[in-house]
Amino acid sequence: MKGKNTLLFFLIVALIAGTAFVAVNGLTIGSLAIEPVGDAMKLGLDIKGGVVVVYEAQTEEEGADLARTMEQTKQIISRRVNELGLTEPIITLQGDDRIRIELPGVDNAQDAIDIIGKTALLEFGLVTGPVPAIEGLPATTIDYETILTGTNISDAFVSQDEFNAPVVSLEFDAVGTDLFFEGTKKAIDNPDKSGQIAIILDGEIISAPYTRIVISDGKAIIQGSFSYESANNLAMLIRGGALPVQLDEIQTSVIGPTLGLDSLKSAINAAIVGLLLVVGFMIIFYRIPGIIASIALTLYACIIVFAMIGFNATLTLPGVAGIVLSLGMAVDANVIIFERLKEEMKSGKSLRASIDSGFHRGMRTIIDSNVTTFIAALILFAFGEGPIKGFAVTLMIGIVSSMFTAVIITKTLLKLSLGFSDRKKLYGSRG
Amino acid sequence: MRNINVTKRYKLWFSISGAIILVGLIIMLMNGLNFGIDFTGGTMMQIDLGKTVEVSEIKDVIADFDLNADIVHAGAESNEVIIKTKASLSNTERIEIFEVLKAEYGLADEAFRGAEQFGPAIGAEIRNRALLAVVIASVAMLLYISVRFETVFGLAAVIALIHDVLILLSIYAIFRISVNSSFIAAILTIVGYSINDTIVVFDRVRENVKREKGKSHFEVADMSISQTITRTINTSLTTLVVIGSLFVFGVSSIREFAFPLLAGVAVGTYSSIFIASPVWALLRHKISRKDAYAAK
Repeated sequence: MKGKNTLLFFLIVALIAGTAFVAVNGLTIGSLAIEPVGDAMKLGLDIKGGVVVVYEAQTEEEGADLARTMEQTKQIISRRVNELGLTEPIITLQGDDRIRIELPGVDNAQDAIDIIGKTALLEFGLVTGPVPAIEGLPATTIDYETILTGTNISDAFVSQDEFNAPVVSLEFDAVGTDLFFEGTKKAIDNPDKSGQIAIILDGEIISAPYTRIVISDGKAIIQGSFSYESANNLAMLIRGGALPVQLDEIQTSVIGPTLGLDSLKSAINAAIVGLLLVVGFMIIFYRIPGIIASIALTLYACIIVFAMIGFNATLTLPGVAGIVLSLGMAVDANVIIFERLKEEMKSGKSLRASIDSGFHRGMRTIIDSNVTTFIAALILFAFGEGPIKGFAVTLMIGIVSSMFTAVIITKTLLKLSLGFSDRKKLYGSRG
Repeated sequence: MRNINVTKRYKLWFSISGAIILVGLIIMLMNGLNFGIDFTGGTMMQIDLGKTVEVSEIKDVIADFDLNADIVHAGAESNEVIIKTKASLSNTERIEIFEVLKAEYGLADEAFRGAEQFGPAIGAEIRNRALLAVVIASVAMLLYISVRFETVFGLAAVIALIHDVLILLSIYAIFRISVNSSFIAAILTIVGYSINDTIVVFDRVRENVKREKGKSHFEVADMSISQTITRTINTSLTTLVVIGSLFVFGVSSIREFAFPLLAGVAVGTYSSIFIASPVWALLRHKISRKDAYAAK
């Protein structure tokens, strides 16, 4: 019996050690690969460096009009950001009239902000060379002659042709109507040239329709094998060649990569030193339970990092504060139980009975304090934004994993450890 | 077990806290709080000059921009400067300022370590949203404690919470610490930690009230504090050790963040023993006296 318990004890410890090892070094078994936590964890811009810019649209528009304008703006900015070739840029609409752009790990932040804010150029070009225009290729692959630019287009929207298929309808302003009439005439009049018109946005061909008639009424449709989605996208791009509204930079945060890295390195070093001190303290003060608490805390740390990766959460500096707070609570749960254990032993109960009733009575305290803090975290998550959300996420994950490790792991290990020794002294009792 | 006499001397503890809060309030009224740019709007730029340069010299170099800026040194060897101004500078303006410093000190592009800019309106917005979140969270916690324990416990816990926030504000006012986003993180940590700590003590009070029927509320509170004191000290110590190492080993941004957390945990621990428990005993005492009169 005792031998069996001891075996089980070491099995659990070995499992936890294995988990910790995988977390640090990663693991590859055949096709299954687990990245080391250091690589897999998504780090916030305040840690790894990058740019956050929040723009506010200066417009009188409201409701659906505003929503449409903002969606257009987002599309255009996304295109520009993609040109920068960054990994994982995040562009989101915030509230009604704001757009938030996050560029992790950008080298030259100031230039990036410039590119985002520049005015885009939309051109309709008559293809004059032998090479046909192909969607998605740069405009440099063809010879063309500019017919008109984005300023001459008054609207672009999705409609249906006679076969009920989605098409993109274009409307030109007065100048645009004339220019487009000239352009289509030229396209038809030169049968040796294909009659193809390339629509070019910021130097990239976004559509390449052929014209078969001369269009003089300032209205045109682009047919093709569009889905509603793809037609809508094209209409949006044509409509929004230039940014449809003026954007004011209302909040910027540029963290240079070295500054962020300094923060991260020092935070990791500090965390390691802090944890070692806590482990040392627990072992000296509580003996065997202290060792068990340290093992449970190791698992707690693993659960936090794997949960963060699993939920695809981003670690930010306020998030670090959340982890510190929940670490405090994890230690607390263990301390509460061990103190109860000591009290029970003092009242003359056997070690085994003390463990049972110590846990039973400590549990109520732990549940109440953790639930209260969890409620706070939940509300901060729902009502807060940015840094507050980051704090709330790590705190919630931390509370759940601390409850699990303190209650289940610590209790199981404590009971199994009775196989080594039943001397109360080793369990912190002075009596 | 050795009993600690805490709650009976509530006048002493309340005076100590009251004095700190009073000093803080007076300083706040006289000087205002040192709001960071994320709460007032403004611009912050951090630049690595590669050597320690006198603040007055930098002021001369960028005098043309008329920024009225605060300039402080940063970095391990004070080789960096942080230029802070209440004006919200655009990207172009920031680049111009950097170009001037770059030319003056022969810097590379990487020397521009970071920048923050907040428009004037957004500061107030961030502040208000954060405050709202904290207030709603406090109300929800009060509700939970009232249901699980009883209203008097909830009231005492929230009074302790308000005490903690006021003390923290006073510390910020007295030490002229910048009130910015990390201040919010500190407030949140205090709220969480203080409630956690208070509940552990109150849980024991709840238990002892049932068991020790003959004792006064003050005695029950003292007894409960004595029984939980080892746990309170051990938990605070371990948490303080973790945050303390962040403070000792961290770079300036982490340090700025760790200090209020340190203060928060210390104040949260103090208030659960010296504020929350006496307040509970006092409230209970008053209520039972009123009941006694009513019974006559």
